Amino acid sequence: MSTLAFNRHGVWAIYQFEMARAIRTLFQSVVAPVISTSLYFIVFGAAIGSRMTQVDGVAYGAFIVPGLIMLSLFNQSISNASFGIYFPKFTGTIYELLSAPVSYLETVIAYVGAAATKSIALGLIILATAAMFVPLRIQHPLWMITFLVLTAATFSLFGFIVGIWAKSFEQLQFIPMLVITPLTFLGGAFYSIDMLPPMWRTVTLFNPVVYLISGFRWSFYETSDVSVEVSLAMTLGFFVICLVVVGWMFKTGYRLKS
Amino acid sequence: MPARAPASRYATPLDHAIPTVISIANLTKTYASSLQALKRINLEIRKGEIFALLGPNGAGKTTLISIVCGIVTPTEGVVIADGHDIMRDYRAARSKIGLVPQELTTDAFESVWATVSFSRGLFGLAPNPAYIEKVLRELSLWDKRNDKIMTLSGGMKRRVMIAKALAHEPQILFLDEPTAGVDVELRRDMWALVRRLRASGVTIILTTHYIDEAEEMADRIGVINKGELILVEEKTKLMKKLGKKQLTLNLLEPLASIPLELSDWRLALNAGGSELEYTFDGHEERTGIPTLLKRLSDLGIGFKDLNTRQSSLEDIFVSLVSERTGDQR
Repeated sequence: MSTLAFNRHGVWAIYQFEMARAIRTLFQSVVAPVISTSLYFIVFGAAIGSRMTQVDGVAYGAFIVPGLIMLSLFNQSISNASFGIYFPKFTGTIYELLSAPVSYLETVIAYVGAAATKSIALGLIILATAAMFVPLRIQHPLWMITFLVLTAATFSLFGFIVGIWAKSFEQLQFIPMLVITPLTFLGGAFYSIDMLPPMWRTVTLFNPVVYLISGFRWSFYETSDVSVEVSLAMTLGFFVICLVVVGWMFKTGYRLKS
Repeated sequence: MPARAPASRYATPLDHAIPTVISIANLTKTYASSLQALKRINLEIRKGEIFALLGPNGAGKTTLISIVCGIVTPTEGVVIADGHDIMRDYRAARSKIGLVPQELTTDAFESVWATVSFSRGLFGLAPNPAYIEKVLRELSLWDKRNDKIMTLSGGMKRRVMIAKALAHEPQILFLDEPTAGVDVELRRDMWALVRRLRASGVTIILTTHYIDEAEEMADRIGVINKGELILVEEKTKLMKKLGKKQLTLNLLEPLASIPLELSDWRLALNAGGSELEYTFDGHEERTGIPTLLKRLSDLGIGFKDLNTRQSSLEDIFVSLVSERTGDQR
């Protein structure tokens, strides 16, 4: 066998393995997030939303849809990708990956690709669920897909880093629960940051999640807290940072190889 | 004599005739905990041989294997596998190597078929159901192909791990403690499989605690202790050198001393004269046991029980290590 330039069979094997895992755990992967999103709609959209006026010219129930999709996208991307790489570390089956003729880029493409595929599918399912509760319109479908894919890929990459870093299941839960969820709630998932007092608005601009939600919401309603170019640049920037960190992890064997 | 021997020490005239498949030069590994697991190892594995690496727990066997397979990063040194540097040209090197690790680490929820097919893909090969079927049949796993791995017994899981290692048709196979905690049947099957693989041209490197396993299987034996390769030798030579056996007779009546009529045998009296111990070379054609027993019967010395014991790896280590200490003085 000659030297492989790109181990496509290897990438496909990992990708399929990860997708098979999602299908085995279909309930946790799809049903649970859909139920929890529906609960958000009932509480925020129907119960509270009915007493609220429009936000930026959009009915409150519809206004929160992009933020809710993003919330699920962040959490699912991180948990899918982090679990995907953490579990082989935990059980010891990672020996096979480390001894295989697979480059780090191929490993990342396979794991992150699978995690992103799953969370994109989930994002679309939630979108369909939302359409049953509130009237939706998507002004820029292509941009919507672009933000969806880019965010899923970025957070899957971030989750992959968390999975390599984590030494226990507790640490695996730590980042999504204590970092991502608060940042999302404070990042304008349920409100426009214009609704905040000026000082808090300034503080919020340091929250990277604001840019992701804002850009995504713009693709729906053309209303945004920050300009769409800034949103896109921030998302891409975060993606590149994650890529660099993963590259460093593989190069040094950080928590993968001794 | 220097403490660390160069590779050439282990050279034999055969080296020129048989090509080398793995060449390890000055391989050193110091872990972050500052434990020095390997100390300048030099070793050449010949194409098509079965090489047994013997050593006690913590000797560095698994570290050595893990470096060659790409799981552990070496601190220093060079490893060439089938002509490819394992660091620079890792793709080519790794695609030739299969590894069966010591621990039973398998996916729980996958089926046998899926996990073995996964391994083939991971190593860059296109699917080949006919080949996977052949491997599974050889390992008596065919009937279990649709079973989830978690439902299998320990022995069956071990077979699955071997099947995974063979899925990409490796030219070099590492078996790390393949028969630890394995029943007799599987052990025999495994030995038969190793022989078949060797016959098909695969080079096999196995680590073991059991000297009889090395004796049964290996062409050459390397002994590693505390991160140093103490010796590498043809099995037959090593066994001759080190394969001492002992016969112990539990006497009916204790003896005060060894009778003169028994001076032809290397005997010792133990346990207050109630045990007679005969040390002999297990590899000699004539062990001297039948004549010893006959002579004892002639002399009216009865015994109620007897057992033989082969020098254990432990004994070999003790003798090797003390020999080396003597060398260095």
